[in-house]
Amino acid sequence: MSQTHRLADGGQIDRSHQIDFYFNGRLMSGYAGDTLASALLANGIMLVGRSFKYHRPRGIVSAGTEEPNALVQLERGSRTISNMLATRIPLYDGLDATSVNCWPSPTFDIMAINSLFHRILPAGFYYKTFMWPVSGWKVYEHFIRRAAGLGRSPEEPDADTYDKMNAHADVVIVGAGPSGLSAARSAAAAGARVLLVDEQTELGGQLLNEKFEIEGKPAQEWVADVEAELLANPDVTVLKHTTAFGYYDHNFLGLIQNRSDNVAYGQEGRSRQRVWRVRAKRVILATGALERPLIYADNDRPGCMLASALRTYVNRYGVSPGKRHVIFTNNDDAYRSALDLKAAGCVVACVIDVRKEPSGELVTRAIEAGIEVIDNSAITAVLGSKRIRGIEVMTLNEDADGVIGTSRTISCDTVGSSGGWNPVVHLHSHSAGRNVWRDEDNVFVPGDTLQAELACGAANGSFSLQQALNEGAFAGIESTSRLGMTAGERQAVAETTSDVEETPWRRLWYVPTTKPAGQRGKHFLDQQNDVTVADVQLAAREGYRSVEHAKRYTTLGMATDQGKTGNIPGHAILSSALGQTIPETGTTTFRPPYSPVTMGAIAGRAVGEFFDPIRRTPMHDWHQQAGCLWEDVSQWRRPWYYPQEGESMQDAVSRECLAVRNNVGMLDATTLGKIDIQGPDAAEFLNRVYTNAWSKLAPGKCRYGLMLGEDGMIMDDGVTSCLAENHYLMTTTSGGAPRVLAWLEEWLQTEWPELKVYLTSVTEQFATLQLAGPNARDLLSEFTTDIDLDPDAFPFMSWRDGTVAGIPARVYRISFTGELSYEINVPASAGLSLWTDIMIAGEKYGITPFGTETMHVLRAEKGFIIVGQETDGTITPNDLGMDWIVSKKKPDFIGKRSLIREDMLRDDRKHLIGLRTADPEEVLPEGGQIVSETRPQPPMTMIGHVTSSYWSAALGHSIALALVKGGRNRIGDTVYVPLDGKTVACEIVNPIFYDPEGSRMNG
Amino acid sequence: MFLITCPFCGEREESEFSYGHEAHIKRPENPESLSDAEWADYLFMRKNTKGPHLERWVHTAGCRRWFNVARNTHTNEILAIYRMGEQPPKEIKAMIDEKAKS
Repeated sequence: MSQTHRLADGGQIDRSHQIDFYFNGRLMSGYAGDTLASALLANGIMLVGRSFKYHRPRGIVSAGTEEPNALVQLERGSRTISNMLATRIPLYDGLDATSVNCWPSPTFDIMAINSLFHRILPAGFYYKTFMWPVSGWKVYEHFIRRAAGLGRSPEEPDADTYDKMNAHADVVIVGAGPSGLSAARSAAAAGARVLLVDEQTELGGQLLNEKFEIEGKPAQEWVADVEAELLANPDVTVLKHTTAFGYYDHNFLGLIQNRSDNVAYGQEGRSRQRVWRVRAKRVILATGALERPLIYADNDRPGCMLASALRTYVNRYGVSPGKRHVIFTNNDDAYRSALDLKAAGCVVACVIDVRKEPSGELVTRAIEAGIEVIDNSAITAVLGSKRIRGIEVMTLNEDADGVIGTSRTISCDTVGSSGGWNPVVHLHSHSAGRNVWRDEDNVFVPGDTLQAELACGAANGSFSLQQALNEGAFAGIESTSRLGMTAGERQAVAETTSDVEETPWRRLWYVPTTKPAGQRGKHFLDQQNDVTVADVQLAAREGYRSVEHAKRYTTLGMATDQGKTGNIPGHAILSSALGQTIPETGTTTFRPPYSPVTMGAIAGRAVGEFFDPIRRTPMHDWHQQAGCLWEDVSQWRRPWYYPQEGESMQDAVSRECLAVRNNVGMLDATTLGKIDIQGPDAAEFLNRVYTNAWSKLAPGKCRYGLMLGEDGMIMDDGVTSCLAENHYLMTTTSGGAPRVLAWLEEWLQTEWPELKVYLTSVTEQFATLQLAGPNARDLLSEFTTDIDLDPDAFPFMSWRDGTVAGIPARVYRISFTGELSYEINVPASAGLSLWTDIMIAGEKYGITPFGTETMHVLRAEKGFIIVGQETDGTITPNDLGMDWIVSKKKPDFIGKRSLIREDMLRDDRKHLIGLRTADPEEVLPEGGQIVSETRPQPPMTMIGHVTSSYWSAALGHSIALALVKGGRNRIGDTVYVPLDGKTVACEIVNPIFYDPEGSRMNG
Repeated sequence: MFLITCPFCGEREESEFSYGHEAHIKRPENPESLSDAEWADYLFMRKNTKGPHLERWVHTAGCRRWFNVARNTHTNEILAIYRMGEQPPKEIKAMIDEKAKS
């Protein structure tokens, strides 16, 4: 295909550098400097996709970020990105883009059948239709989701890398158009550290698209001069192709920088995109303005564009959007498009002006150039569907709310409409700035803000080039002087420009036809979400008075373009339907991001192994070599179980369990949280944070403790040892250690500052080796001479200092498995060597390393709880049958008062009980719901759930722990666990299945 | 994203800190003497202020110290920062009293 619409000369493209690309599988070519959109137009492609709801054919509307229609799926496979704007993609060799939301192609789309049914697809259609019956949603959703999608998400991991940068600046200037450049220059001249950001690949903003002159020279030369001046200043950073997507509290901005224009080929060692987190002392918003269209019937047909976009394609890209153009306007500015197109040799059929007898300088020039101007008139119909063929024009009545006379048909394939310009107030709005309606200019402009911010130029509603330069220079000087810097040589007197005076616009939000809205063509406000004037009027009639509600009901402005073109006309039409003024209606709140940001950039480097740090114990490599499988316990990586060749998980865990019960096993318990507690008030502190009493715990002794939240619910548990007078070592659950330390610190610092207690995390100072099993004592005795292991000298729940294998060690005789058990703590650096030595020496006992799964089975056999498994933040000690650990004598401890709240005393609270399945081989699934009476199908009254469930190799049957309403009063009852396809009957039993007397661990 | 001046470390990003809850809620001396309703009031009830608000923050990724912040919850302006055990500045108290009246 040839570039049928490329002009013979002109534009800022490099005609010596041809670029080949694919669109919907067809090979085409463009030039360096093109965007995908300009290259498509050069190839005569206007139709690029289908609309979201009606699947109407849609074409390119704009030349920038405001584009509602030209969304493409860029590239394939691991580099595919959905919903990219063709107007923002710099063309590169081999680019491969496809249309979104159409199948099989934009020219023939099956879902377009929706458009025949538009009368039954009004605003709120989904809410109204699919809410009944409620259960029907499951059926509808499948079809709606498939029909309603835009782009496709990638199915492979992203091949690119992304990163982040933190930056500080005296002045951040968003937008490098005339006002932004002017501001940057004056701020830099005052000596400020300046960061200038612009979303385009080149500086200049709107100047890139215009035929303006500054100081008698083409504006592009002025831009080049300013750029050179800025780049020569070491205190100025210029970020091109970078969008300020969010403006947050305390002058914090988020920027996204495109570091590779070429999506197809990743660049080695270079991130594709970078998120900049910028803290600015001052911010200057020079974000410019976006043109808004006139809202006329069937204004969505391919070929209906923004007036300014027409001259952008001609001036910047040397492309004529169509063969025969019509300009439709309510203001003078659009005449620039007519003039620039005419000057470039394009055909301009006419200018249709809604104003009576327009007479400005630009109008005069157009008439002098031989362009027909049809005044006081409006487009009442658009002919053609996949590309417009012509328009019908009629005369407006006095109030411009209707048309009169007969219609005239004008042949054309492109219409550029202009309803004026909207300042880009989005960033101002993000940071809680108010937007103020300026009626004389028909615009919202930035009002009060909490930020150290100034807006200038078109962003401030000052649309002329001269104003932009003046305000920019002033903003630069004002911002730096507020930072205490003295202005540089550059004064707030800017260059002279080729500006001309413009005459007033005429307000016309809705372009009438001979029938009411919706009855003769569709007036689209939001082209991406298919929201029409009739939809907004319907919402108003149905009582949606708040603009925020009307937005959500109609989905106006909720698409990926966030209503950049259609929102303000939409709010104006809502206002008029509600019979109120635009400021009374207000606007919806603009929220970040200004334009879509890829999830890859948000994640940055925090992917894969960098997603979350991994904590490894000193024995990690040994476990790895032994072939263990890993379990993640918070950030820790713990051995889960150690399968031998040919073993299933169940085989391995049963083998490990039996080894501990019959011989000896060893567990890496290093991850258990350890908090060193010192100070004269340490015992008092423990009394307050644990439910049981601590004053009488003597040095050398250990005690199990339960910690509650102030609401009486179990928060953590663990064994705490008295190391010396005023010195304790608290252990916490592996996952709970940071939370518990923070919790204790909070109480000490905020509520009990009078207590002299000091907390230190020592978790990683020690390696902890847990020897468990009947042979544990014999094995340990081979490694120590100075610790008397005799049960009388070293009883259960005590600790001893000494040496193990010559290493200084502290040995705790505590047990989570129910077996004779020693936890050997040595300096972390000695952990691996001691582990290895014990494994070798233990071979004669058949020593078996065991992992967390075996530990869980063994403790469940004993009915020992795991916080977070048997508890879930709603469980009290009494619920678990652990009243024995709640002191009745202590006057107070955290959570005590809550334990006697009315709700805590109910006798139908859930109790921890054991379950024995009728079939001893049946292992219940954890989380299984428990009922006392079964029915053929749900709903059934649930009385509890299974918290832990395992096969017990030692007992030869399955065991389960469960929380059941009033469970302790139901011992012996039969309950049921309904599962998929079967129901398991169980007997409620005591939760201690193994060695209820505790003789094994005490022995 | 606020900037918070830790009284011990100086100005840092909000991401280094964690929010606690409303400040100056003293734990009752004798919880057992309170009715369920009074205890629930201490336990659960917090002001949902639009405007100047006194709250606790902790410098989690720094010195791990708690301190008080007077913050306008509407504008996120940090009005004052003062240590645990201290009372808010007089002008902040006056501002809050004024708001309570209106």
